[in-house]
Amino acid sequence: MKYLEEYRDPAAARRFARAIRRITTRPWTIMEICGGQTHAIVRYGIDKLLPPEITLVHGPGCPVCVTPLELIEKAIAIARRPEVIFCSFGDMLRVPGADCDLLAVKAAGGDIRIVYSPLDAVELARRHPDREVVFFAVGFETTAPTCAMAAYQARQEGLANFSLLVSHVLVPPAMEAILSAPGNRVQGFLAAGHVCTVMGVTEYLPLAGRYRVPIVVTGFEPLDILQGIYMTVKQLEEGRAEVENQYARVVLREGNRPAQALIQEVFQVVPRKWRGVGEIPASGLGLSDAYRALDAERRFAVDTHHLDEPAECISGLILQGVRKPPDCSAFGTRCTPEHPFGATMVSSEGACAAYYRYRRVDLDGLALDFGAAGPADAHSIGEKP
Amino acid sequence: MTTLDPFALACPLPIADYPRVLLAHGGGCRLMNQLIERLFAAAFDNPLLGERHDGAAFAVPAGRLAFTTDSYVVHPLFFPGGDIGRLAVNGTVNDLAMCGARPLYLSAAFILEEGLPMETLWRVVQSMRDAAAAAGVQIVTGDTKVVDRGKADGLYINTAGVGLLEHERVIAPRQVREGDLVLINGDLGRHGMAIMAVREGLAFESDIESDTAPVAAPVQALLAAGLDVHCLRDLTRGGLTSALVEIAETAGVHIHLDERAIPVREAVRGACEMLGLDPLYVANEGRFAVVVAAADADRALAILRADPAAEGAAVIGRVLGSQPGLVTMRSQIGANRILDRLSGEQLPRIC
Amino acid sequence: MCLAIPGKIISIDEGADPLLRSGRVSFGGILKAVNLAYVPDAAIGDYVIVHVGFALNKVDEAEARQVFAYLSQVEDLSELEEESP
Repeated sequence: MKYLEEYRDPAAARRFARAIRRITTRPWTIMEICGGQTHAIVRYGIDKLLPPEITLVHGPGCPVCVTPLELIEKAIAIARRPEVIFCSFGDMLRVPGADCDLLAVKAAGGDIRIVYSPLDAVELARRHPDREVVFFAVGFETTAPTCAMAAYQARQEGLANFSLLVSHVLVPPAMEAILSAPGNRVQGFLAAGHVCTVMGVTEYLPLAGRYRVPIVVTGFEPLDILQGIYMTVKQLEEGRAEVENQYARVVLREGNRPAQALIQEVFQVVPRKWRGVGEIPASGLGLSDAYRALDAERRFAVDTHHLDEPAECISGLILQGVRKPPDCSAFGTRCTPEHPFGATMVSSEGACAAYYRYRRVDLDGLALDFGAAGPADAHSIGEKP
Repeated sequence: MTTLDPFALACPLPIADYPRVLLAHGGGCRLMNQLIERLFAAAFDNPLLGERHDGAAFAVPAGRLAFTTDSYVVHPLFFPGGDIGRLAVNGTVNDLAMCGARPLYLSAAFILEEGLPMETLWRVVQSMRDAAAAAGVQIVTGDTKVVDRGKADGLYINTAGVGLLEHERVIAPRQVREGDLVLINGDLGRHGMAIMAVREGLAFESDIESDTAPVAAPVQALLAAGLDVHCLRDLTRGGLTSALVEIAETAGVHIHLDERAIPVREAVRGACEMLGLDPLYVANEGRFAVVVAAADADRALAILRADPAAEGAAVIGRVLGSQPGLVTMRSQIGANRILDRLSGEQLPRIC
Repeated sequence: MCLAIPGKIISIDEGADPLLRSGRVSFGGILKAVNLAYVPDAAIGDYVIVHVGFALNKVDEAEARQVFAYLSQVEDLSELEEESP
C-alpha cells in the first residue's frame, strides 16, 4: 500500500538506527504523546533498535485511556436507557467504569453499536426518528473535526434525536502539564502527527521556547518514528529547542483551516479531567453555546459522583512518564488486560497493555533465529544457524 | 423477458402456502414432516438418510475414528464468498481433517427462527448439499427445531462429524518437536474481513471473499505421502495467533515466526489498516497450520501449493528450544516481539 | 485519535453544501465512502490521509520522498565527518 509500506522497510530502519547511534553521546529522555505511536513502537520493536542512552517514555496520548471515570459512568448510564441507541468507536467499549464497561451493558440489553465514523451515528438518527441516538465523542484534535461535522449536519437537518457525549481532549495543555510538573524528566517530544495535521505546528512554539525542549512533529510508521527520534536527538545534542516537522508529507505548518473553523464553531475550550492525571485547565473541548442543545450530558440528566481508581494503580504516573509498567506492583499479576485496574491496561494502546502483550518476557536473552535465511526460503530453513 | 425464479421452479415445498417458517414446522406434525421430506431429505438425499430413522447406523473398518462438532451462528447468513450452510459443512469437515481423519458422515441440526423466509432456508440447504458433495461427505441424520420470533437471529446450525483415521500417526500438539517448521496453506484474514465488509456500521466495498473451503484433500495428501506431520490446526476464531499460542502452550514449546513470510492479500491488508485490526488475529475458514519435521517441509509445501483452493502457502516459522509456551515473531523491521492471545474480540480502533 | 491511513480518491460527489463533499477512497483495493469537506482542493487520483471516514489532508508526493533523502544526507554527512581528521 502506497505511502504506508515503504515506511516499514527494514534496511532503512537499520540505517536510521545506526545514524541515531552515531550522534548519541549522552542519555536522553524523549516522550511520545500519541497512542498510535506507542502502538507502533511496541508492535515493531522500534525501541529495540535504539542505543541504550535513549529512553522512550509513553505519555498520555491515548484519548480512550484518559477519558475520566465519571464520563465512562455517564456513558454507561445513558447507554442503559431503553430509548437510547448508544454509538461509539470500538476501543471505548472495554474501558472499565466503576464496576463494568459498555460491553457488559450491551450484554445486559443496552443498544450499543460500534461505528467507524461519527457520521454513521447521524445516519442512525435519521433512520430511527423514534429513538435517541447518542454518540460518544472521544479523541484528540484529530477526531474533533469529525465529531464537529456530525454535530453540524445534525443541526442543519434539525435532527432532534441526535446528541453527543463529548470527551475531547487537547494535546498542548497536557504537554505543558508534564513539562511544568516538578521532577519532570522529559527532555524532548515527538508530537502527534495526526493531531498536527488538523491543528498545525504553531501551538508548540511557545512550549518549545518556554521550556527549552525540542518538539518534532512525527508520523506513525517505523521510519517516521525513527526519523523523528533522530531529529529530536540531534537537537538535544546540539542544544537546540525548536519545533520541527518530520511528517511534512501530511502536516502543514498552519494545519487544516476548514477543520479548525468547524471545531471553532461547534466546540469551545473547557477544563477537562484526565483519568490518572487529574484536571488540566483548558485541556478539553465541550459544545459551544450554539450547539448546546446537542449535549447528551444536558439532555439526559445523569447523576454521577467523584470516583477513584484502585489505590494500587499507578496509571497516572505512567501516563506522565514518571514510571514504566513493570514498576507497578500489580502489573501482570492482579492487573491484566482481562482484569484491568486503570486506563493504561484497558486500551491495547495503553502503555501497560502494550507492555503486557509484547514485553512480559524479556526477549533479549533468548536465541531467536531461523537459520541462514528467514523461513521465507524453505530450502534454507532446514539448515542449522 | 421475465427472469425465471430458481427457487420457485426447484423448491418442492408448497411454498405458496408457507412462505415463512412457522412454529408448527418444528412441532412433529405434518408440516414438519413436509419440511423434512421435501426440503432437507430431498437436498441431502442418500441411503442412510433414506432410512428415516432416529439415527444413522453404519459399518466402519476396524481402526480409529475421529468425532467432532461445531455450531454456526454467523450473521449475516449470506456473505461474500459463502453462507452459514457452507460454513457449517466445511467447518466440521475441516475439524475432522485437523485430526488427520478422512471425513465420512455429518449430522445437521437446525434451529430456525419463526418467520424465517422459506426461500432463505432453501438456499442454505442447497448450499450445504453442494458443500457436502464437494467435500465428499454425506449428511445422514439431523434435527429441526423452531423457536419464537426474535430468538435465533434467523437460523443457527450445528453439525457433528465422524471420520476415519486411516493411518497410525498421532497428530497432536504433544508430537511437536524442537526444529519442526510451521507452514500455512494460504493467505490470511479473508473470512473475517469478508464478514466485516458487510457488517453494519463498518461496511465497505471490496472484492474480499471468505476463504471457506474443505481442506480434507490436502491433509489426506500430506498423510498419504507419509510425511512426518506432527500437528495440524485450523485458523478460525482468533486467527493464526490463537491457534499457534494454543499449540505452543499445550506442547510446551516456543514457536518463532517471521512476519515477512506471512502472506496477506493487499485488500485484506487495506481493510485491516483502515479499521486498525491485526490480520494475525482475524478469522479464516479454509486455512490451517501444519507443524512438520524440518526434513519434510519442502515436500509438505509442494503438496499445499498444489491445492487450487489455497493461494500463498508458505513456511512461516520454526519451533525453537528456548521458552516453552511462547510464540514470538520477528517484525517487519527486524525486531522481535511476543504474540499473545487477545483478551476479547478484536475491535476496530481509532487510536 | 491517531489511526489515519493514506488512500487514493477514486470518485468525488460534490453535493450542494461544500461541507457535505464526499467521495470514495481506495485502501489497497477496498473502497470506503469518505467525507472530503476538509480537503476542498483534492481531486480524483490524489492520496489523502483518512481518519474515521474523513480526509484530513492530502499526501504530498515530494515530501513523501524526503524521509529517504534525509536518511541519505545524514549518512553522507557522517561519512564526511568520519573521513575528515
